[in-house]
Amino acid sequence: MSAMAGVVMGVVGGAIRISTPFLFVSLGECLTEKSGRVNLGLEGTLVMGAMSAYGISYLTGSPWLGVLTAGVAGVAFGALHAWLCSRPRVNDIAVGIALMLFGIGLAFFLGKPLIGPTAPHLPSFSAGWWSASAQVRSALQINALFVLGLVTTFAVRFVLLRTRWGLVIRTVGESADAARAMGYDVARVRMLATMAGGFLAGVGGSFLSLYYPGSWNEGLSSGQGLMAVALVIFARWSPLRCLAASLLFGGASALGPALQSVGVTSGYYLFNAAPYALTLAIIIATSSRDRALVGQPAELRMAK
Amino acid sequence: MSLPDAHIDKDAVVTPVVVPPALEAIGLSKSFGSVSALSEVSLVLERGTVHALLGENGAGKSTLVKCIMGYYQADTGRVSVGGVPSRIASPRDAAALGIGMVYQHFTLVDAMTVAENLVLSRQKHPFVFDWAAETAAIAAFMEKMPFRLDPSRPVNMLAAGEKQKLEILKQLYLGSTIVILDEPTSVLTPSEADEVLGLLRGMVKEGRLTVLMISHKFREVMKFADEVTVLRRGKLAGRGRVADLDPDAMARMMVGDEPPRATGTRQARERGDVVLRIDSLIAHDDLGMPAVSDLRLEVRAGEIVGIAGVSGNGQEELVEVLAGQRQARGGQIHIAGSGYLATRAEMRVLMVRCLPDEPLRNACVPTMSVAENIGFRRFDRAPFRWAGALVNSGALRKHARALIKDYGIRTPGPDVPISGLSGGNVQRAVLARELSEDVSLLVASNPCFGLDFAAVAEIRTRIMEARNRGAAVLLISADLDEIFALADRIVVMSDGRAVHETPIASADLGVIGRHMAGHA
Repeated sequence: MSAMAGVVMGVVGGAIRISTPFLFVSLGECLTEKSGRVNLGLEGTLVMGAMSAYGISYLTGSPWLGVLTAGVAGVAFGALHAWLCSRPRVNDIAVGIALMLFGIGLAFFLGKPLIGPTAPHLPSFSAGWWSASAQVRSALQINALFVLGLVTTFAVRFVLLRTRWGLVIRTVGESADAARAMGYDVARVRMLATMAGGFLAGVGGSFLSLYYPGSWNEGLSSGQGLMAVALVIFARWSPLRCLAASLLFGGASALGPALQSVGVTSGYYLFNAAPYALTLAIIIATSSRDRALVGQPAELRMAK
Repeated sequence: MSLPDAHIDKDAVVTPVVVPPALEAIGLSKSFGSVSALSEVSLVLERGTVHALLGENGAGKSTLVKCIMGYYQADTGRVSVGGVPSRIASPRDAAALGIGMVYQHFTLVDAMTVAENLVLSRQKHPFVFDWAAETAAIAAFMEKMPFRLDPSRPVNMLAAGEKQKLEILKQLYLGSTIVILDEPTSVLTPSEADEVLGLLRGMVKEGRLTVLMISHKFREVMKFADEVTVLRRGKLAGRGRVADLDPDAMARMMVGDEPPRATGTRQARERGDVVLRIDSLIAHDDLGMPAVSDLRLEVRAGEIVGIAGVSGNGQEELVEVLAGQRQARGGQIHIAGSGYLATRAEMRVLMVRCLPDEPLRNACVPTMSVAENIGFRRFDRAPFRWAGALVNSGALRKHARALIKDYGIRTPGPDVPISGLSGGNVQRAVLARELSEDVSLLVASNPCFGLDFAAVAEIRTRIMEARNRGAAVLLISADLDEIFALADRIVVMSDGRAVHETPIASADLGVIGRHMAGHA
């Protein structure tokens, strides 16, 4: 196999492997932001999810129970965020940053005993059985959560566009006044949307500790939750574009290691910065000096 | 107090069956903290009538209907619907009783389609929507209506008149029999307003609806309403049949015994030099769509040019370009012959001053003090600049105190945040800042929007005085009465262009209305 093909396979494999937490967190944030609220605390939720999933998987031997626990932890954090934001004169951005730090701190505190022991991992399957090349097989090693993420992408899209819940969430996010005039409880809808978003972010966290990198330590996330929140803006609040953006980001993240594996070592750190450079380039190319962001829920436009 | 009560139940004598009123509010009171917004107000809405609710801003009209709708809970009093005492705890309860409301600001969701908005307003939804079937059902519903809209069009593509029609369609779609409208025509052209109100009246006369309409436009009340209830300062000020009243009588009920207020005298002036010249101006809106296209306009010294037009036809963007809040995409602006790009230095040298829409948001820093806000134009120059780079806040405060007195700004003092002032006093403070120095061009955009009679009269007088002193005034207003009261010349803006121009002496409301609507 040529070096070029090797790099491509590395990027494809990376897109599948690395994108999963980005996908879950950005879908969760997308859901929350559609209701007109920003939850910047998902980085904290992600880390809490990673820690709790690892702990439960280690204690019970069931990684899936770990995933569920991570989701529940995310729901709790989402509920806390929403409850704080429903108090008078509370700013959702500030609460988000506070909860991000709180989540990370709490996870580090509770997770101290989990550094070291090995917990059972999530299963995966190979979609590369048709290939003789070990490289292809390893690149197409697909974990169960990635598949779940794909399903969730379409489920979130379906819920938003075709169901009663979705219509209510979008209404609250586009015009709280209109929603109130129709008798909906705006704070409650936002609370539920924030809790659902927290669930997804927590599940995204479980991927980090239970599959890749696959252990619990304090440097596990390194800001992936924050980047995923930014991906939502990049994806202009569309679940399908969240998937595309996550894959793009995952693939770009794998560029450095993929090049290194075929012997290109110069500029390793530069290539590691590829996702950020790419994001910047796309944002600059698609933004405009005097046009507002298309697709942004109207309630997010107002400074509150 | 004796109420001018012209309503005597003559019908009851003639017909043996007494039809209970569609809706009756009895002795409603509502306070917010220590402020009484509504005290002991009663209203009778007879079935099959258009009933107008008149009053100045802050008279309690909105509070009254919000209490009826269950938006607020009245402190005392009760509501009965069709003769049956009813407890309405939320707009949902009101909807269940067949009462629907069209709010002053559209409650449509702009990013959604006509069909989605209609479906959304319904109380019951299936868990999963079949949008094809929903759209077909809505198209079938539209067939039976006096006016139609394409169900698949997004609301942000609709004109203001169409949005208002959609709000009314929504109430019919929901099966409301009593519809309350809060200033339904405030964003419409005169002809659109007549069309919408005419359709509503037609449906009332067919017996499909009973309408309660908040308004402050006598013309519409005289033409479309059967009965009227007038509020003043939260109290019932009068009621009667429209046929028995004239605008003067209603105005007296609205403002009480306060003396009539003038708008300031227009002094005859020589034709002045051109101060503002706009050539082929192009500006885009927030979505990047053309808002001002190829606009040409001149304003001379000592004249007020009134820009009439339905809001959203580029007026906002024009003001923003002149105020330096938006970059033009093309064309030139000259002031007294010099090129103008709306920099701070140019505004100072060329003496350009601005009263933008929503002054608290566009002309003030809400959390900064009244004195600081009044000093924005001058704080960095002598005598307020001190030792090169510092601001002499003592001098600023003294300056502010003098202007607070001159302009009658009601404030606890110069040091309180300006956001604590009432709308009228915020506008007075901005006026004090903008007009206390020599002005060659004044740009005023809806300067009296949302203010009470006293503030309106005073602000209009100040604008007229600035004109009499020789300032060129560009007045942008969605209120045609204001333009007719102040302007020397009227320019109609439609679709980003100046489409019609007339001196005030030969201005014709019908012609202006047609140009505003874009067909002429």
